[in-house]
Amino acid sequence: MGASFAVGYLMFLLKGAVWTVGLSLIALSCGGVLAFIVALCRIAPNRWLRLVTALYIQIIQGTPVLVIIFLTYFGLPSLGWSVSPLLAASLSLSVYVSAYLGESWRSSLQSVPRAQWEAAECLALSRAQRMMKVVLPQAIRIATPPTVGFMVQIIKNTSLASIVGFIELVRAGQIVNNTIFQPFLIYLLIAVLYFAMCYPLSILSRRLEVSAGEKAYA
Amino acid sequence: MRSGSDTPSQDIVVSLKGVHKSFGSNQVLRGVDLDVSRGEVVAIIGKSGSGKSTALRCIDYLESIDQGTIRVCDHQVHKPDVDLRALRLDIGIVFQSYNLFPHLTIEQNVMLAPTAVKKLARPAARQLAHRVLGQVGLLEKANQFPERLSGGQQQRAAIARSLAMEPKIMLFDEVTSALDPQLTGEVLRVIEDLANKGMTMIMVTHEMNFARKIADTIVFMHEGKVWEKGGAHILNSPGTPELREFLQHEL
Amino acid sequence: MGSLNFSIVFDRWDMILQGIYLTIRLTLLATAGGFVLGTFCAIGKRGKTVWIKKLCSAYIEAIRNTPLLVQIFLVYFGLSSLGLSLHAITVSIIALTINVGAYSAEIMRAGFDSIEKGQLEAAETLGLSRRQVYWHVILKQAMERVYPALTSQFVLLMLASSICSQISAEELTAVANFIQSDTYRPFETYIVAGAFYILLSFLLRIVFWVLGLMLFQRRRNLQAFI
Repeated sequence: MGASFAVGYLMFLLKGAVWTVGLSLIALSCGGVLAFIVALCRIAPNRWLRLVTALYIQIIQGTPVLVIIFLTYFGLPSLGWSVSPLLAASLSLSVYVSAYLGESWRSSLQSVPRAQWEAAECLALSRAQRMMKVVLPQAIRIATPPTVGFMVQIIKNTSLASIVGFIELVRAGQIVNNTIFQPFLIYLLIAVLYFAMCYPLSILSRRLEVSAGEKAYA
Repeated sequence: MRSGSDTPSQDIVVSLKGVHKSFGSNQVLRGVDLDVSRGEVVAIIGKSGSGKSTALRCIDYLESIDQGTIRVCDHQVHKPDVDLRALRLDIGIVFQSYNLFPHLTIEQNVMLAPTAVKKLARPAARQLAHRVLGQVGLLEKANQFPERLSGGQQQRAAIARSLAMEPKIMLFDEVTSALDPQLTGEVLRVIEDLANKGMTMIMVTHEMNFARKIADTIVFMHEGKVWEKGGAHILNSPGTPELREFLQHEL
Repeated sequence: MGSLNFSIVFDRWDMILQGIYLTIRLTLLATAGGFVLGTFCAIGKRGKTVWIKKLCSAYIEAIRNTPLLVQIFLVYFGLSSLGLSLHAITVSIIALTINVGAYSAEIMRAGFDSIEKGQLEAAETLGLSRRQVYWHVILKQAMERVYPALTSQFVLLMLASSICSQISAEELTAVANFIQSDTYRPFETYIVAGAFYILLSFLLRIVFWVLGLMLFQRRRNLQAFI
């Protein structure tokens, strides 16, 4: 009896882990699109656009993710929109990603040596063409290591979705705990599963940073 | 030769015998033999890669050796159980890049070791610091941070810092190589002053004229060995073709 | 959909202030503890004893690759299974200290590694012991070099303290949860909470900036005037 129960619980946890990955991907893709817009706005010629975007980033970066999630999950319904846990978590995390990645990607765009921008100008490319063909490819290379590193942050922050009832890994563990009452063991197992997801990404990010540093001197 | 000094005694204070040292596959020292007497001033010359800095660093155990023996006073430096602290109390070393501590004033730089290692009380340490700073001509800069001093002044401060520990032997590792030519004079004067006071010194240097002036012994190193050794006269009439070639390049 | 009513939230200003006070207390205590823990860990990682190096590395990787929420629950349930029943704030401080310690360790290690080898050799040849070299030469310089990174880390810590609401520590987020359930004004409540966090981030950065001036710059700036 014990073994099959244990396997059942483990499968439930793993299913939660799958949703952790799923929510992370949603946050990464939606947040990523927003982040790209944010990054472009931060270096736009229009001064107001730059300021408003900078303000947006400061506000989001100065607020705990949990408060953003609560604001979305509890606050929006009080204004008339109904919000499911998944929607609240997705929206909040996307906003969170847009601010942090947006700032990081802006920095990457600006790290592309000035000479590259100028060379593209001299070749009579339009602003859009300069961006697409010359600056962006190099910016992407610069941005890859920190973005991979940030994916670890996204995965960890999905744990907060459990608080508003979304059934990812932590919530799954809490549900299992309601049956077997071994909280320490369960959270330990949850920690191991998070580690298994995050550690490879951390290592990858570090490797990318080292090789990016080496290429810079090539 | 130095002016107005006693001849060095026969008491050998630094002795290297058959010293070998490799960095990976690169054999830098291939059997160095050198004896230095108390009060003797030795200038080590040679082209880069000849192993002169490495040999100097081995004396103060900044590098470990693969083969051979090094004796400093009564310390057996090549042995694994050598008392490093006691060894370093007897040796003062000054580096090419001064290595002053940027977050401390000159006075604090000089006082650090006497207070921390010799447990001197602060007032006594300050007095000592002022004495050695006066000796190198930097007393008025005592409360400045290193970044505000010129290269020559920083190097003199580094010398003062080593002197404050009252070492028996001073090692100088190309101490003027990083300096603008007009700043080397002030540093060389301090070193000459030390030599005249009878300090045992080993200096790795490119300053041939200075070596000729103050060194008792010139040591020419080539391919990791002591290639030629003698008084200042060997700079005028070199005995080996390698030294002759080296001197021609230097001029 | 009625109009927004912020005054009903501000009526509870005494609770809000209590929450802010606890948030600040959590942050400052965990900052101090985490910094010390992280510094020792960074020193351990650079030492010669292999098992200490491995232990520090394992600690750092474990913390950095697991969520704070899980860490807080582990500390909470771990301590209670040992028979200790500590106040929620105390448990929070312990968990936050352990968390920020790992991040501080990496930051300090980068600072230590940035000290030029020549300075370490000079200190060694003057006769200073390893502990003396750390204290007199390495520590203060390293801190100054990584100070911006440390500041950012501690501001992040303050934001992360909101998670302690989940073990009933009555900091600002927990207070907001209570107020919103009491006033049925979640939108206004969390906007106000967010605004206070933004304000606290700003204030915390200023405090660290002034602290930095006092620790590092004062004597040098004074030099310029003398």
